[in-house]
Amino acid sequence: MATDVETRVDSRLTVGAKIPFKWVTLFIIIGAVLPFFLEGYSTFQGTLIMIYAIAILGLNLLTGFNGQFSLGHSAFYAIGAYTAAILVYHLDWPVYVTIPFGGIVCFVAGFLFGLPALRLEGLYLALATFALGVSVPQILKSSHLEGLTGGVQGLDIFRPEVPAFLVENFGLTMDQWWYLIVFVIMLFMFWIAWNLINSRTGRAMMAIRDNPIAARSMGINASLYKSLTFGVSAFYTGIAGALAAIVIEFVAPDSFTFQLSILLFIGMVVGGTGSIWGAIFGGFFILTVPNFAEEISTGLSYAIFGVILILVIYVMPSGFAGLVNLLKMRVKKMF
Amino acid sequence: MSHLLEVKGLEASYGPTKVLHGLDFNLEQGGVTTILGANGAGKTTTLRAISGMVSRKGQIKLDDAELTSLSTADITRKGVAHVPEGRGTFVRMSAEDNLRLGAYSRNDKAAIAEDMERVYNYFPILKQRRHQQAGTLSGGEAQMLAVGRALMLRPILLLLDEPSFGLAPLIVQELFDILKRINAEESVSMLLVEQNAALALELADHAYLLETGNIVISGTSQSILENETVRRSYLGY
Amino acid sequence: MDLFLQQMLTGIANGAIYACLALAVVMIYQAIDHFNFAQGEMAMFSTYICWAMIAGGLPYWVAFFATIIISFIGGLAIERIIFKPLHNAPVLSHIVVFIGLVAIFNSTAGAIWDHNIKTFPSPFPEGSFGGLIGLHEVGMFFVTLFLLLAIFCFFRFTRVGMAMQAAAANPASAGLVGIRVGWMLALGWGLAAAIGAVAGMMIAPIVFLEPNMMLGILLYGFAAAIVGGISSPGGAVAGGFLVGIIENLAGTYIPAIGSELKLTVALVLIVTVLLFKPNGLFGKTIVTRV
Repeated sequence: MATDVETRVDSRLTVGAKIPFKWVTLFIIIGAVLPFFLEGYSTFQGTLIMIYAIAILGLNLLTGFNGQFSLGHSAFYAIGAYTAAILVYHLDWPVYVTIPFGGIVCFVAGFLFGLPALRLEGLYLALATFALGVSVPQILKSSHLEGLTGGVQGLDIFRPEVPAFLVENFGLTMDQWWYLIVFVIMLFMFWIAWNLINSRTGRAMMAIRDNPIAARSMGINASLYKSLTFGVSAFYTGIAGALAAIVIEFVAPDSFTFQLSILLFIGMVVGGTGSIWGAIFGGFFILTVPNFAEEISTGLSYAIFGVILILVIYVMPSGFAGLVNLLKMRVKKMF
Repeated sequence: MSHLLEVKGLEASYGPTKVLHGLDFNLEQGGVTTILGANGAGKTTTLRAISGMVSRKGQIKLDDAELTSLSTADITRKGVAHVPEGRGTFVRMSAEDNLRLGAYSRNDKAAIAEDMERVYNYFPILKQRRHQQAGTLSGGEAQMLAVGRALMLRPILLLLDEPSFGLAPLIVQELFDILKRINAEESVSMLLVEQNAALALELADHAYLLETGNIVISGTSQSILENETVRRSYLGY
Repeated sequence: MDLFLQQMLTGIANGAIYACLALAVVMIYQAIDHFNFAQGEMAMFSTYICWAMIAGGLPYWVAFFATIIISFIGGLAIERIIFKPLHNAPVLSHIVVFIGLVAIFNSTAGAIWDHNIKTFPSPFPEGSFGGLIGLHEVGMFFVTLFLLLAIFCFFRFTRVGMAMQAAAANPASAGLVGIRVGWMLALGWGLAAAIGAVAGMMIAPIVFLEPNMMLGILLYGFAAAIVGGISSPGGAVAGGFLVGIIENLAGTYIPAIGSELKLTVALVLIVTVLLFKPNGLFGKTIVTRV
């Protein structure tokens, strides 16, 4: 479909790139200080944006860096969320511990799913992941598992109080506390992803994406890497799910439908496939734009969302990160 | 004397990267001209610029028709047939369907049938494999198919992009002998891009040497063969 | 045994729906080398246009053919207006545009014609064939076969059909033989939209007309096309019937499921087929030399 004379500016990360410390520090400072200037609800939304960003980064690792297509990542989000919720609700686990646990369960699930899915490429894999994405909410709703999952009703869980020390000295609210927790986790996850991509493993992943046959002939065990990538990708999205369960204090099957998979996919593309930091813009986009469209007209909200989507692709065909790269190059040319 | 192909100040870019920096060259009616150069010199880009496959600036005139503003499909209809790098056959289709497609822009059914016979005469192996999927042909056969497809256009100018690439020497020799015949018998002018300088200079009467987007030497094949720099760098003696 | 036969026939009847849609899916795939997710919504929208014409007093067949023409032009226009400026964009961005189109068509249809379920007339007489299968289903089966034949002939025997396949398979080379690749894409879209319209108008009498009518079916249509082998129109049709039968038998005979998990089971079975035959049941294994 693509001609062989392709000239688009891609937002693919160049291996060996150094972390742009100035920008990152600026980002950390602004991000850390933000919750103290925003109203409670906006802080909550900021937290959700970061959670989505982590989930989108998970999908991006799979698709942008390893070239495997997934229309079912809502499944891993759901598994992470329900793992956390079930552990808190039924086993009284401390909330903080359930976060990495949700991630690990998803890693295993993703790896196991990745193994048989290896044989499938492109559209066939899309169909298989779609099957996954569609079946998970149906399984969650099923009456057989109601005792565990709460069935259609779902489960309510509650967060522990903000540590007293912080409330007394900083007047930290629940929203702000969890914003900061998610912020730190997000930075950590992004840092891991950066290191992963810039390592031998990352290069192998990208080699498999760009030319699987050549990759194999260089000794890369493509099958292993592809399954591992699935696992890691699921891990990220699972952590995001666990965080979401905790922050929203509620899980129900209808929050994890196929539509969520589509939203994550949109977030990835709009942020910039193959860009790590683009995921943040993607998260921002999928949280705010649907709400915005709803505000303009409830009846036509989907249509407006669709129009915005198409316009955004016009303006930034390679996503937000792609646009920034393009502008950077233009600016460089002027000087 | 007017040339068949006249190129002046040709520039070409892939996105932000400029690859050709103002080329001037000509091709005479009925002649074979070759463009030599190392990898990355811009040879393929030159042919693509003539065919309208890359963004280009400058002047490209074919028999007084200006090609720079035309689309690829229109350039084809002016009689320019391009045998691309890597053959570019339609791998899922049969060899014969590939040839039929070569004549897509023509309407004269009888002449098309005639031309197909002529192509089969030049490349008998294609006639044998006419119903085979093009993707299963050997490298040499695929190259012949690509040339055959280009001939089905009844072109006045044939652009050949590294026809010897990846082929065994015996096959290449056979192919080039056929190209010589085609040039003589069909009076098809050829612009040949090649890395295999010795072979190209045997077939061509004129040559240009391209280095990173600029023409550095030009002349008759004879003079190029005798040129010290070219001999050392490209002919190995 | 009676139940089995009954369910088989119901499966075949449903399968006819999926087969029809699968055909449109394969058509677009042959033309543009990837799937168009907006296919179902476009078909739904076309069906509404037909409905509106009939409600406005036009006879069925006039509305039917007018809708086909309108859909053809619409598909062509969408390609030229929306996708032409994006032809250099990465594939994944195209998919986001498809998603956008789905949202636009679905929402607009609901806004113009409301979300109430409407009945849509069938051109075939009422009644059933021996009490086993409705006459409309039989009619639909034959319409699908006819479409299949037409598409097959188009791709195999016409110059334009061959050019379209060439443009989809290798746009650069296609340009070099004089094919106007852009217009081939547009033509492919137009034809796919027209086929989708036929599918929609055949399906609506059974599932009733409402903006979400195609969503579930499109999924099965895709699955059918993939199971059958995306390079094979015949495979798509066979796939459609297979999917219809599987879905129905699974729902009936595997008790743990019930209707909640019917979709899941069907998909799992389809994916299992793919694990053994990654190119679909009738798909050609394409030999690529490295």
